[in-house]
Amino acid sequence: MKILVPIKRVPDPALKTKVKDGAIDLTGANWVVNPFDEYAVETALRLLENGEAGARVAGAEIVVVTIGPEDAAQQLRSALATGADRAIRVDAEDKALDAGVVVAALVQIIAAEKPDLVILGKQAVDGDANQVGQMLAGKLGWAQATFAASVELAADQKSVLVGREVDAGVEYKRIGTPGILTVDLRIVSPHSVKNNVTPATFAYPDGPRYASLKGIMAAKKKPMDVKKLSDYGVTTTPVTREVGIELPAARAAGQIVADIPTLVKKLADEAKAI
Amino acid sequence: MGNVLAFCEFTSSGPKSSALSNLTFARQAAAAHGGEVIALLIGPGAAAAAGAVAAFAAKVVTVEDPGLDNYLAETYAPIVARLAGEHGASVVTATATSVGKDLIPRAAALLDAGCASDISKLAAKNQFVRPILAGNAYSTVEISSPVICVTVRQSEFAPAEALGAAGAVSSAPAGAIDAAGATFDHLESQKSDRPDLGDAKVVVSGGRGMKTGENFKVLEQLADLLGAAMGASRAATDAGMVPADWQVGQTGKIVAPNLYFAVAISGAIQHLAGMKGSKTIVAINKDKEAPIFQIADYGIVGEWEKAVPELIEEIKKVKASR
Repeated sequence: MKILVPIKRVPDPALKTKVKDGAIDLTGANWVVNPFDEYAVETALRLLENGEAGARVAGAEIVVVTIGPEDAAQQLRSALATGADRAIRVDAEDKALDAGVVVAALVQIIAAEKPDLVILGKQAVDGDANQVGQMLAGKLGWAQATFAASVELAADQKSVLVGREVDAGVEYKRIGTPGILTVDLRIVSPHSVKNNVTPATFAYPDGPRYASLKGIMAAKKKPMDVKKLSDYGVTTTPVTREVGIELPAARAAGQIVADIPTLVKKLADEAKAI
Repeated sequence: MGNVLAFCEFTSSGPKSSALSNLTFARQAAAAHGGEVIALLIGPGAAAAAGAVAAFAAKVVTVEDPGLDNYLAETYAPIVARLAGEHGASVVTATATSVGKDLIPRAAALLDAGCASDISKLAAKNQFVRPILAGNAYSTVEISSPVICVTVRQSEFAPAEALGAAGAVSSAPAGAIDAAGATFDHLESQKSDRPDLGDAKVVVSGGRGMKTGENFKVLEQLADLLGAAMGASRAATDAGMVPADWQVGQTGKIVAPNLYFAVAISGAIQHLAGMKGSKTIVAINKDKEAPIFQIADYGIVGEWEKAVPELIEEIKKVKASR
């Protein structure tokens, strides 16, 4: 089985947002792999290994891909260091991209790579758009299982049963391969991924794995192709353009109240909230 | 062109309140584009709900077919895309619910449309304001494709009021249905008599400091006293104390009630992104340095074990005195 995982770099979400000259100020930004994309890599790894034995299933392959400038190679290396097998970077400036361009490039990469599953993070935590997986599935005419909190690979490897976090609870949806999966937070819980290889009793640590020193060394030797959008015949241009940015108005400072009766009085009389 | 196709979720009695927020945006967009609003209802019971939806839109189109009994993006998106073409829609819109977020980008791909997700405002004809970076900034995006797809943040658009005259109802064929190999298996949901998180006027949320799911019982008492929905921080849902669909935050539900109680929640950026639009915020936390106090209107520094039962009693007294 072959899994393709598209990943995006994002500015470290833990750092404070600054605006300069009408745009997000990214000078000196600390770039990291979008957290949901890290979960997507982890999901691919868990689907294609015996977690207890720490051994990859024979013939399985994980390809990571990003579309971005030269610096973005670093985030691909991070994914290779945790266990992905090879990487593709499509060289492009961030300004030349929007969801439609990214999807057009991924369609061509998928045509060339022929993966059984494409696993993406459900959204990038910079743009918070939550579009690429669904658009990609639409363009390919493939089934999609978005917001996955659990995934179970069928014994014949021809389908996955996906637990999706929806407003009303958890919806279970089965999709055949090839298909598109976008993953939510809880996909990296200890028992969220089942593949008929890892024993059902085995519990993964909560969260995505860290790269080992050996993994980091190995990643340096793993293949990374560098391509251009034109290599894939992508002529799509962005239809989405940012024309302004502003910071939200700060909330007025609140007050610490001394006791519950005072709080309830203020809620009733001042805020008129109860 | 110029019309707005509004995909609306409904119950047997009419539009969901999330759909009414979508219709408010749809009217604004229709005015900007010089067209009319067409509400689209897909799935079982669409025809029966159409009469109630017609109070809110110039036209209502329903699509029913046994193959559409369970929502699937694979079967619904082609219908949305086809009807957008047939009805001359320049804008295709849905509320950013778990269905809207799943469906609309797929329909956008079929329409070669640019897509603006989870918008908070219509800024100009083809310009939309939307929160990015966990709500730490608002970006205005301009979309230049002939058809534009939009999902609307429910808490930023008031529910639509009924129009003077009822709209025209018609039905459309489903066309060929192809699920592309996808099947709905089952839904696991916890039935609750409380209001939906997205609609509730009051929300009571608990965090890591609640320690166990059992301890949420006291928060549920507070919620039931106020007719509130229950919420939680990611720490609490991740620890399995409460169901995942209670999660309020960047990647959970976005809420903006009149009154929000954050109990034993420290106030991580991700959580604040989901609730800082609330009108009045009350924080109860034993750590006086907790970031939640920076955005709370009223803070109580103390242990929830003592504060919450006392709060319930005091609110009962106030209610009894009215």
